[in-house]
Amino acid sequence: MGFFLQLFVNGISLGLLYGLSAMGFVIIFKSSGVLNFAHGELLAIGAFVFLVLTTWAHLPIIVAFFLTLAGCFAMGFVVERIFLRPLVGEPLIFVIMLTVGLSFMFKGLLLFIFGGNLQTYPGFLPEGLALNLGSIYVPPVYVASSLIGICFFVLFGLFFKFSSQGIFMRSVADNQRAALSLGVHVKRVFALSWAIAALVAGMSGIVLGIINGINVHQISSIGLKVFPVVILGGLDSIGGAIIGGIIIGLLETFTCGYISASLSDVVPYMILVLILMIRPYGLFGIEEIERV
Amino acid sequence: MRRIQLHPCGNFKEHYEQELSIFETDFGRIWMWIGLMFLFFVLPFISGPYFLYVVNIMGITAIAAMGLNILIGFTGQISLGHGAFFGVGAYAGAILATRLGFPFLLAVPAAGLVTALVGMVFGIPSGRLKGMYLTIATLAGQFIIEYILVHWESLTQGTMGITLPAASIFGWDISSDRGFFYVIYACLIGITLMTVNIMRTRFGRAFIAIRDNDRAAEGMGIPIFAYKLLSFAISSFYAGIAGAIWAYYMMSITTEPFTLFLSVEYIAMVIIGGMGSIPGAIFGAVFITGLNEILRFATDTIMNMGVIASFGLNLAALREFTFGLVIVLFILFEPKGLAEVWRIVRSGFRLWPFSY
Repeated sequence: MGFFLQLFVNGISLGLLYGLSAMGFVIIFKSSGVLNFAHGELLAIGAFVFLVLTTWAHLPIIVAFFLTLAGCFAMGFVVERIFLRPLVGEPLIFVIMLTVGLSFMFKGLLLFIFGGNLQTYPGFLPEGLALNLGSIYVPPVYVASSLIGICFFVLFGLFFKFSSQGIFMRSVADNQRAALSLGVHVKRVFALSWAIAALVAGMSGIVLGIINGINVHQISSIGLKVFPVVILGGLDSIGGAIIGGIIIGLLETFTCGYISASLSDVVPYMILVLILMIRPYGLFGIEEIERV
Repeated sequence: MRRIQLHPCGNFKEHYEQELSIFETDFGRIWMWIGLMFLFFVLPFISGPYFLYVVNIMGITAIAAMGLNILIGFTGQISLGHGAFFGVGAYAGAILATRLGFPFLLAVPAAGLVTALVGMVFGIPSGRLKGMYLTIATLAGQFIIEYILVHWESLTQGTMGITLPAASIFGWDISSDRGFFYVIYACLIGITLMTVNIMRTRFGRAFIAIRDNDRAAEGMGIPIFAYKLLSFAISSFYAGIAGAIWAYYMMSITTEPFTLFLSVEYIAMVIIGGMGSIPGAIFGAVFITGLNEILRFATDTIMNMGVIASFGLNLAALREFTFGLVIVLFILFEPKGLAEVWRIVRSGFRLWPFSY
């Protein structure tokens, strides 16, 4: 029973991480309909910028955290402006392959600068954050990441619900042409969504880096794990991303604990195919029925 | 003897046969024969072993890329699993050759058929899904096939790999670079002919109709699920043939090369070559394989210069960067690929000196 509970808690924390990583992905998809294959690299960039600011520049943690977020925000703007803007309205494959190309570029650059070794942040989370629930031990990083995750989730929920920019973004997601004719600045919405997504990705990258250490290959491979998560939750639902993340995280840890570790990498994709065949719009996505 | 057809100064087609003809003029035919003569009778004798090896790899990749071009360029179904299908072909060929003792001539087409079946299985989601959902489903297929290749150890021997017997056709040993050159390029020409002719028949037109508008295609009476499956089957058949030849050529295979990266490379070939263009697939394969070799050569040279190697720079990473950069630049500046560049160059020659 203790083993089961420990796996359960691990699964939930892993799942929150997946959900957090998937959130940025969903934001981009929701407003501009772009499948972002470079999302893992956006996570990695956030993690590495934070690494540079904390260990090389020796900035205080809080300052470094907010500087990283600001940097990621700006980078999202620039990436959208240079690479994605010319492709608005182009066929799907070009957009997909552009993000794939971007992911190789980012990954190559990061590998060139930082190498493929595992690096770690200096420990700065107080041990007091750890939870001891009877036999189960939850390390402080998981507690912190869950708190940050919930915080951001609520924040973005409110942002999309009440702020004017959030409403613009939702309107563009709903119907681009109608939004355009009602005077929504669609291009700005695209840019903003990339910037926000990069910001969320940077934040998730930092959390991932705190937990697993920072390694380009490891963090960017999370970018592919995002696909089962978002398909399960529904491609355009932020809450779905969190719940999908938790389900995938649980599945993965349970397969790892009870069946085999190597199978746990591929189980999410089997679920993915299953979901796609039964309910392509996911658990919480908007149903689009088209029979051809 | 019929009259030699020269370039018309407009579109003067009077029969459907003219529309369907492969070469608009006799110039194309003559140049094709000259090119084939050069390819078969000059190239293998003037090139060294390394260059011939690269040319062979280009030929193998071109076969697989042509398959993917049918799927992406003509049918409009994006597949991220082509590298895995290539791997299935390689393993099918290797297993048929070692376990069942199939000869080369039988093992390669049989591997193609096995891969076509696997491709159809992974193409089933296309019945319900399209666009990016299908892309994601094929991404899952890539990971699942990769997992099976590594972990079905009784069949694939896992990470140990399989060693193949030397390839021979009717007792004639072809396992040298030059022997394989003829096999690969004979195969490539056969495949090209097949592709050209598929695209001129009802199947090809149905594929193009599905790509351009699937709803209209269904309305015109094309059973699109069957045709999508057929397209998946043909494309993975090509990948399987290429994979089996590759396995024979490499003599021993492991599961390592058949990753998502390989699939992405194939899509890059299709895009860089030119989607929906048959010579484009060959251009793309030549370009990407050549680029890989040039980058490898460049990094090796720089690493060996001593001064730079002492910095311990991770130059291999720059190869990845360059690969990504090439994809991005082509998409942003020449989305129709090298085939379009080639067309512009050709029409420039044709209209010279009054190219306006």
